[in-house]
Amino acid sequence: MSRKTTWIVVVAVVVVLAAVYVAVRGLPTAKKAEEAPQAMKAGMVTDIGGLGDQSFNDAAYRGLQKAKDELGAEINVVESKKMDDYEPNLRSLADQKYDITWAIGFLMTDALNNVAPQYPDLKFGIIDSVVEQPNVASVTFKEEEGSYLLGIIAATMTKTGTVGFVGGMDVPVIEKFEAGYVAGVRTVNPDVKVLIGYTGKFDDPAKGKEVALAQFGQGADIVFHASGACGIGVIEAAKEKGEGFWAMGVDSCQHHLAPDNVLSCMMKRVDVAVYDATSKVKDGTFEATHYVYGLKEDGVGPCDETSKHVPQEVLDKVNAYKEKIVAGELVIPSTRAELETFTAPAL
Amino acid sequence: MPESGRGAKASQAWRTLLQREDVRELLIPVVAVALALVLGAVLVMVGGKSPAAAYSALVRGAFGGIGNVAETLINITPLIFTGLSVAFSFRCGLFNIGAEGQLIMGQIIAAWAGFALTGLPAVVHMPLALLAGVAAGAIWGAVPGYLKARLGVHEVINTIMMNYIALYLSHYLVIGPLKAPGPLPVTPTIAPAARLWRFLPPTRLHLGVLLAVAAVWLVYYILFRTTLGYEIRAVGQNQEAARYGGISVRKNIVLAMVISGGLAGAAGAVQVLGLQHKFLDIFSFTGYGFDGIAVALLGRNHPLGVLAGACLFGTLARGAILMQSIARIPKEIIGIVQATIVLVVAADEIIRRFIAPRRKAAAATATTAAAASEVPAGGAEGGADHGA
Repeated sequence: MSRKTTWIVVVAVVVVLAAVYVAVRGLPTAKKAEEAPQAMKAGMVTDIGGLGDQSFNDAAYRGLQKAKDELGAEINVVESKKMDDYEPNLRSLADQKYDITWAIGFLMTDALNNVAPQYPDLKFGIIDSVVEQPNVASVTFKEEEGSYLLGIIAATMTKTGTVGFVGGMDVPVIEKFEAGYVAGVRTVNPDVKVLIGYTGKFDDPAKGKEVALAQFGQGADIVFHASGACGIGVIEAAKEKGEGFWAMGVDSCQHHLAPDNVLSCMMKRVDVAVYDATSKVKDGTFEATHYVYGLKEDGVGPCDETSKHVPQEVLDKVNAYKEKIVAGELVIPSTRAELETFTAPAL
Repeated sequence: MPESGRGAKASQAWRTLLQREDVRELLIPVVAVALALVLGAVLVMVGGKSPAAAYSALVRGAFGGIGNVAETLINITPLIFTGLSVAFSFRCGLFNIGAEGQLIMGQIIAAWAGFALTGLPAVVHMPLALLAGVAAGAIWGAVPGYLKARLGVHEVINTIMMNYIALYLSHYLVIGPLKAPGPLPVTPTIAPAARLWRFLPPTRLHLGVLLAVAAVWLVYYILFRTTLGYEIRAVGQNQEAARYGGISVRKNIVLAMVISGGLAGAAGAVQVLGLQHKFLDIFSFTGYGFDGIAVALLGRNHPLGVLAGACLFGTLARGAILMQSIARIPKEIIGIVQATIVLVVAADEIIRRFIAPRRKAAAATATTAAAASEVPAGGAEGGADHGA
C-alpha cells in the first residue's frame, strides 16, 4: 500500500496548499486590475430565474449589451442562486463601484431598499417594482395593455373557441398579464373560453410544457404564457402538437424557438428601460423616479414577428385598439377584481 | 545507510497512521476537496479564464475583510442546522430529504409569530418566534416519521412530498392570509423584538451563527450522552437488535424525525428572524435542505463533521458570488465543485482502496454490512464514541 497511498496523500495536500497559495498570492494582481482606468460600469443582478430564460432576465441583459455597444460601458451580470443572495450580490457590484446596478425583478425590492442607502454616490435601478430611494430609478410596465392586444389576436384567430393562459406564480405582476389578456379575449368574443393555468414556478420548462399540453388537450389552440423560463416548455408543447397549435411568448421575442408555432409575443421592453436609464447615468441626467412603460411609451406590445402569421385585418384591429389605449380612451384592467367590472368597448 | 533507515521508519509511522480508521475518515473529505478544486480549475481553464483569478476571488469573497467573513458565516449558519437535521435522521437509519420543506415551514411560521405578536419584550418574543419555527419544522418532520413508524411508508417518498406541500402552502399563505398590504407577495415585517441580534454592525451577522454552534453541541449531547440518543443510534444500526433489546423502534423513529425536522425548522426560523425579517415568497426550493444532505454526508453524520462540512459549503457558496462578479466565473463552476466533493465522498470506497489496498477484503465486507443496515457511513461514529 504505502507508496501509492503516500503519493495520493501528498498530491492531495500539495493541491490544497497550492490552491490556497495561489489564491492568496492572486490578491495584489486582482486589485491592480481594478484600479486600471475605466469606462462607465453597469451591472445587473438577476433573480433566481437567471440568464438563459429567453425572456425576462435575457431582455434586461440585452439592454446592458446595448449599453456596452453604444456607450462603451463595462458590463457584468451576477446571477442569484437563492433569495438570501440578493443583498450580497447587489453589494458585490456596488463595492466594485459600478455606476449603476440593476436589480432585475420585484423579488429584490427589500434587498435594494437595504443596499441603496449605503452607497449614496452610486445609482441603482429596479424592474417591476418601486423603490423610493434618492439614488434608485424604478421601472414598471403596463403588462395588461400589451396582453390585452394579444388577447384580441388570440380570440380572433382561435378556431376551436378556446384559448389558454399559462402563468408562472400567481403574483400581482403575472395577474396583470392574465387580466389584460382575458379582457382582450372578451372584447372580441365573450363566448371564447379562456383556460387559466399556473405552473407555480418560473424556472421549470418541463412544468410549463405539462400545463400547456393539458390546455391543448382541453381544446385550446392558442396558449399565451407569462411564466419566465417555464414558457420555453409552453412553446415546445405547441411545436410538438404541430400545425394549428400556437403558443404566444412573453418579455422577449420568442419566435425563434418555434417559428411555425409562435403566433405573437408580448414584448416587455426591459431592454429599452435598462438601456435608457443606464444612458442617463452616462450623460448625467439620471433621475431617481418611477418610470412607467406602457403602449404609449412603446414599452409593451406585440413583437414585430407577429405579422408573419397574423393576417393584416387582425393587425388593423389590434392597432385600432392600441390607438384607443394610447389616447387614454380605454383603460385595461390590471387585476381580476378590475376585470370583473370591465365592459368591452366597441370600436 | 542511516538515512534510508530513517526513511523506512518514517514511512512505517506513516503507514501506521494511515491504518487508523479515524485518520482515514478525515483524509477522505480532504482528498475529495482537492480533487474537486482541481476539476474546478480545469473547467475554469477550459472556459478560457484563469483559475488563479477565480480562486483568488473565491478566497477574497469569503475571507477578505470583516464584511465578507460575516457574509460567509451567514451562509454557513443555515447549512449547520440542515446538516445536523439530515445527520440526525441518518443516525436513526432514516433519510430525511424533507429538510427543505421543514425549513420553509420554519420560515413562514417564524415570520408569522414575528409579526402577529406585538408588544412582547425581546427576551420573550425572539425565543418564542424561534420556537414557533422549530415546532413547525418538527411537525413537518413528525408526519413522515409517524407514517413510517405506523404504516411503514418510506420516509424518502413522504419527505419529498411534504416538501412540495410546504412550498405551495407557504405560497398560498404569503399571497393570501399572511400577505402584507401592497403589490408584493410578502408577509409584514416582523417586530423588532423578534429579531435576532445583529452583533457586528454594519454587517448582517446575527445571533443565529452562535445558535447554530450551540445546536452542534446539543445534537452531540443528545446523540452520545443521553439514553434517547443511544436508542436512536441503536435503532439506526439494527432495528431488530434494538427491538430485541427492549427499545421501541416506532417511538424512536418518530422522535428522530421530530428532532430532525425541528433542526431544519430552526434553520428557516433563523434565516427569517436574523436575515430577512419577513417571509418573501420563494419561487423554488432554497437549496439549504438539499445542501444539508451533502453537508451531513461530508461530515460523516457526526455533529463536528457537519460543522466542518457546513463551513466548507458555506464558504464556497459565499465565494461563488465574488467569483461571478469579479472573476466572471459562472456560479455553476462552484456547483460542479460541490457536486464533485459529494460524489467523491459518497463513493469513498474508491479512495479507501487507494489508501489501504491491503485491507481491500475487509473494506469490501464493511461496505456490504453498511449497505445492509441502510445506515450511510455508520462507521463514522467509531472515533467519536471512543473519544467521548
